[in-house]
Amino acid sequence: MTGTATTPTSPWYDPNAQVHLGVFYTGVGPQTIWSDPTAAEQMDISTFADLARLLERGLFDAFFLGEGLRVRENRGRVHALDVAGRPDAITVLSALAGATERIGLVATQNATYNQPADLARRLASLDLLSEGRAGWNVVTTDNAWTGENFRHGGWLEHDRRYDRAAQFVDAATELWASWAGAQTAAVQRDTDLVRFTSTATVPGSAQGRPVLFQAGDSAGGRDLAARHADVVFSANTDYAAALAYATDLRARLAGYGRSPDSVRILPGAMLVLGSTPAEARDKAEWVRREHMNPQRAIAFFEQYWGKDLSAYDPDGPLPDIDPVENELDPSRGTLAIDQRTGKLAQIDRWRAQAAEQGLSIRELALSIAGGHRTFVGTPSEIADTWTHFVRTRVVDGFNLVPYLVPTQLQEVVDTLIPELQERGAYRTGYTGTTLREHLDLPAVSRQAPIGRAAATV
Amino acid sequence: MHSPALFLALELDGPGAHPAAWTAASGPPDQPVRPGALRAAVRAAETAGYDLITLDDSALPPTGSPEVPARLEAGTRAAFVATTTERIGLAPTLAVTVTEPFHLATQLASLDHASRGRAAWVVAAPADAATLATIGADPLTPAEVQRELADVIAVARDLWDSWEDDAVIKDAATGRYLDPDKVHHVDFRGGRFGVKGPLITPRPPQGQVLVLGADDLGVTDQLDVALIAAADATGVGRRADAARRAGAPLVFAEVEVVLDTEAGPATARLAALDATTPWPGGRRLRHVGSAAALVDLLRTLAEHVDGVRLFPAVHDLDGAELAARVLPGLAAAGLHRPDRAGATLRERLGLPRSPSRFAADHRTDRDLAGAHR
Repeated sequence: MTGTATTPTSPWYDPNAQVHLGVFYTGVGPQTIWSDPTAAEQMDISTFADLARLLERGLFDAFFLGEGLRVRENRGRVHALDVAGRPDAITVLSALAGATERIGLVATQNATYNQPADLARRLASLDLLSEGRAGWNVVTTDNAWTGENFRHGGWLEHDRRYDRAAQFVDAATELWASWAGAQTAAVQRDTDLVRFTSTATVPGSAQGRPVLFQAGDSAGGRDLAARHADVVFSANTDYAAALAYATDLRARLAGYGRSPDSVRILPGAMLVLGSTPAEARDKAEWVRREHMNPQRAIAFFEQYWGKDLSAYDPDGPLPDIDPVENELDPSRGTLAIDQRTGKLAQIDRWRAQAAEQGLSIRELALSIAGGHRTFVGTPSEIADTWTHFVRTRVVDGFNLVPYLVPTQLQEVVDTLIPELQERGAYRTGYTGTTLREHLDLPAVSRQAPIGRAAATV
Repeated sequence: MHSPALFLALELDGPGAHPAAWTAASGPPDQPVRPGALRAAVRAAETAGYDLITLDDSALPPTGSPEVPARLEAGTRAAFVATTTERIGLAPTLAVTVTEPFHLATQLASLDHASRGRAAWVVAAPADAATLATIGADPLTPAEVQRELADVIAVARDLWDSWEDDAVIKDAATGRYLDPDKVHHVDFRGGRFGVKGPLITPRPPQGQVLVLGADDLGVTDQLDVALIAAADATGVGRRADAARRAGAPLVFAEVEVVLDTEAGPATARLAALDATTPWPGGRRLRHVGSAAALVDLLRTLAEHVDGVRLFPAVHDLDGAELAARVLPGLAAAGLHRPDRAGATLRERLGLPRSPSRFAADHRTDRDLAGAHR
């Protein structure tokens, strides 16, 4: 837990800075605890609608859906232990646009396995239907395993995925800006990565175009963010890392002639609240152990061993059998490129660590499990910490990754938001109607008058 | 063979089916892209008693709205009204030649979840140079289009079945959220693409989203509802019989509608609209006249088809007249039942809900062999 220093050490110190909050509802993976009796039904439209309305009551900026275009697997079969199965983000957010008034609606959509004009049109439709509340989290995929679900297969090499993403986003923004009523001209691209001719059919919304989110922490991702993004969704929630990230990003923005304030930094974060510090710590430990329960600990190492380890005791020592020699595959979800090789050496290091510290399978898994950093504390402590983070401008807020839906978020809305408001670090009412306004981002250039007319219904 | 009462569908895209409908529309020129107007129109259709609405679409600008050539993507429009309606079926047009098959299947399954079992799909297969240029692809030959259409419907149906109904088990004792034996790769191999599967979305509430398509697309055996565009009742009857023989469970006739309204008699209104932009006839059955005469025409059609899809020339005028006079007239005559029971569109249309084709006790030779068309 970062301290709650109040000294304005940051060169960007702003005593009036506000905490912006979104919820990043991944919908799959181990983050969401499904076994708790209060856990909401994953696919029920009411779960999504109730959640969006709850966040609207908490004056959140955005409700943000994840995406993955292949169901995760463990040794060739669908991975059984985590929540899996989710709806298309734009479809469910369009449904939510009809059921909410203010909350931003952000869809993660892939720039590798979509067509630019097709996706740009769907996003623009969501933006107009929600009267200027849409966002697009731009992601890429570089593995052929996911590509097996698509016409083009694994056609894009790692190094070129950001090239295509940059061209894709550039084309989409030009399509969005091109609407001029009956005078709309076709937009054309003809490179080896992006090729189309399309005339826009969707007028600009009240916010001009969808807000662009970008998550990449790699150099390519950061550069794409600095060129195009309105919001970055980094993983840096440790104060020092957040400061370094903000410094790097603002330098890159300057390199593209953009103002340092033209991008909001909203890292993904886990949060565990308790009414006392001790209760919060206990709850955080419960969450940690739910996330890495005995079955998941075994499955985690099965991914590395490439073998069935179900006969091993999670509370016993690491398997004594040798792993298969194949390197890791991406079927359990995103793997950073540097994690894909050197598997056997990694296993040797783990064996050494387990022997030295006397760790069981589960204890070792708990000690090496990654994921989003967790803020743990009372609402008052967290409000102090977050206020410090935003006033020193190392972040502009957070995208919360919930561990329990909806009860955890009810707790955030009911206990943490009032503490932030008391510190003058959180809005007490929506002042705008669009996602761009909620995020306090500079306006994009307005389009033809008919577009504005369409958005004033 | 079929119930005497007709199922009623309403095509709701744009200001109306007539290319000059915009000249007679009462709202502002951007009315078709106003979210509030869309919500009101679909709610009105539900209140009037229609069984489903269809939403036409294209990747190209609409030609019938010269002042505001705008149109929102149909799948998002259908989803938008999913939470503001209760029982009406929602059938967007999605093009198999434009959207990735995997995305298309995901979007429709998600619409079915969002609407609690009211999703349907009007299949379209535009293959002209301008449409395919929007995805940087080359035009397709008729044979390629036919194969593509068959492949995309087939893979969508496989993907909708890729999660069995009871795949999610939430078994705390074993830590298993789902039963991996009940979520399947589909290993589809088509003429021009393959899809591994499973879908990222669990099985739709209806099991299979309803598939509607024209009877002349060459995929009638893969449809739930064949749509017949024929110029007269005799032609409708002949084609309906052929569609049933080809395997379509339900057959709907397409009917263009110009009615006598307070704005003037139907013939005069049509002439005025045609003076702006002619509306070529001869493709679909067209009724020009009174509401009572339309009820009579539909009574005749009910001997041949299970339902009709109505195309009002001008929504604000003919659509209103349909709701005010024709639908009540049909209900009074026993030709329409707005109160059909059923939680889902499939149930209300009397179509069965099958278990997944991949379920252990439901496998066919094709599935066991892992071989696909």
